[in-house]
Amino acid sequence: MKLIIAIIQPSKLEEVKEELYKQEINLITVSEVLGHGRQKGITEVYRGAKESGNLLRKIRLEIAVNQNFVEPTIKAIVKGAKTGETGDGKIFVLDLEECVRIRTEERGSVAIG
Amino acid sequence: MINSGDTAWVLMSAALVLLMTPALAFFYGGMVRRKNVLSVLMQCFIVMCVLSLHWVLIGYSLSFAPAKGFWGGLQWFGLNGVGLEPYADYAGTIPHQAFMIYQCMFAIITPALIIGAFAERMKFSSFLVFTLLWATLVYNPLCHWVWGVGGWLRNLGALDFAGGTVVHINAGIAALVTAIILGKRVNLDKNIPTPHNMPLVVLGTGLLWFGWFGFNAGSALAANGLAVNAFVVTNTAAAAAGLSWALIEWMRNGKPTIFGVCSGAVAGLVAITPAAGFVSVIPAIIIGLLVSVFCFAAVTIIKPKLGYDDSLDAFGVHCIGGIWGALATGLFASKLVNPAGSDGLFFGNPKQLLIQLTTVLVTIIYTLIVTLIIYKLVDLFMGVRVKKDEELIGLDLTQHHERAYTVLE
Repeated sequence: MKLIIAIIQPSKLEEVKEELYKQEINLITVSEVLGHGRQKGITEVYRGAKESGNLLRKIRLEIAVNQNFVEPTIKAIVKGAKTGETGDGKIFVLDLEECVRIRTEERGSVAIG
Repeated sequence: MINSGDTAWVLMSAALVLLMTPALAFFYGGMVRRKNVLSVLMQCFIVMCVLSLHWVLIGYSLSFAPAKGFWGGLQWFGLNGVGLEPYADYAGTIPHQAFMIYQCMFAIITPALIIGAFAERMKFSSFLVFTLLWATLVYNPLCHWVWGVGGWLRNLGALDFAGGTVVHINAGIAALVTAIILGKRVNLDKNIPTPHNMPLVVLGTGLLWFGWFGFNAGSALAANGLAVNAFVVTNTAAAAAGLSWALIEWMRNGKPTIFGVCSGAVAGLVAITPAAGFVSVIPAIIIGLLVSVFCFAAVTIIKPKLGYDDSLDAFGVHCIGGIWGALATGLFASKLVNPAGSDGLFFGNPKQLLIQLTTVLVTIIYTLIVTLIIYKLVDLFMGVRVKKDEELIGLDLTQHHERAYTVLE
């Protein structure tokens, strides 16, 4: 079992979701986060004072999958989120020790899907 | 002779009508996604700036200077000759400039209404040019035809108390045209945008309702019985329509919504606008109850069927509500309410309905054609729509380099 965490552009969420659904990956958690990597950010102006390098609005996806779904998930996220520009985001893949479905108390692989 | 009570009421009404444009900004601003809320507020506010100047320089003259032709002359350019004495053909008891500034607020809100149709996808610079051309070539001539001395629809005997035709049908048709040729917003089929801040919509509706007393009761241009009649029927129709929309939702969808009540109230205010100085309270209730039926059908049944993306239903509420109001005036108008008006169909004068219908059709055809031409011209020289990635990021950041809300402090 793996936990896939992806940081993507907010404007790409719709396309990523669509690509994930095509691979029948429906169980995702989405949150709004702030951050930036190499990308400096869109310049904002407040009453003439320029501010750049602000923290940027990003979307964080969390998807728990069984081993055979890892590659399809990564491919789907890349396909939906890639523009080739700096700021497209990152995907982290982590080992997942345990998973419990609260409703049934099932554990492990069966509880993920 | 200047009457101080009349002058006070008209000045107060002008301020009330001005407030309707920021009210509209909140009404629309709450409905869009949060990445676009500032762009809508900005469009509404810049219209206040630009068209206020346009109005005192040429707009008032083109609309109201006496002339028989296409629009008024330029003899009142820069308010030349528009002084502090009454101009009896428009209002005999208030300074001419009071009438002028009152009408200015109508000239501001009318183009602002169209914003609802192209919200979330129009380029700001093109929006400015489009609005200026539209005010000059559509609003000013039409205003002259219906209200100006020598205007041909006025001479025909059309009844439009506070601007059902000039303001609402006019803006509503322009909204439909721009929504259709601008095309749908990106990803609309997959993800129907939900209003980002409903309390803003409610605040905007409340302020619109409040400001509309200036719009309708102020149109009496005097502090008299007619103003009181307009005030009473305006409140009554808005109430009936807000309730009616909620009941329709309750029956069809199982629950009434605050968004529905707000939409209904605005539709009711639109519909009573042309009729406010000519009908009494029972017709006002009927006008209000029925307008929600028509607008609800337009917004929830006809719009999805035809597939145009009128983002915030400027056509569905203002045009449909405006047409119903104009025709209802031809049905329910009574000389018992206003001896200077006419009787409608139900008071033995079927001809009035025909005149009302003519006015509606003339407005629809003229506005449709000229709006289309203006749009195509602006598109040819500047491009009207923002780029796809700008639309996805949102107009606040891409058009104005500002954002409405922070995530952290």
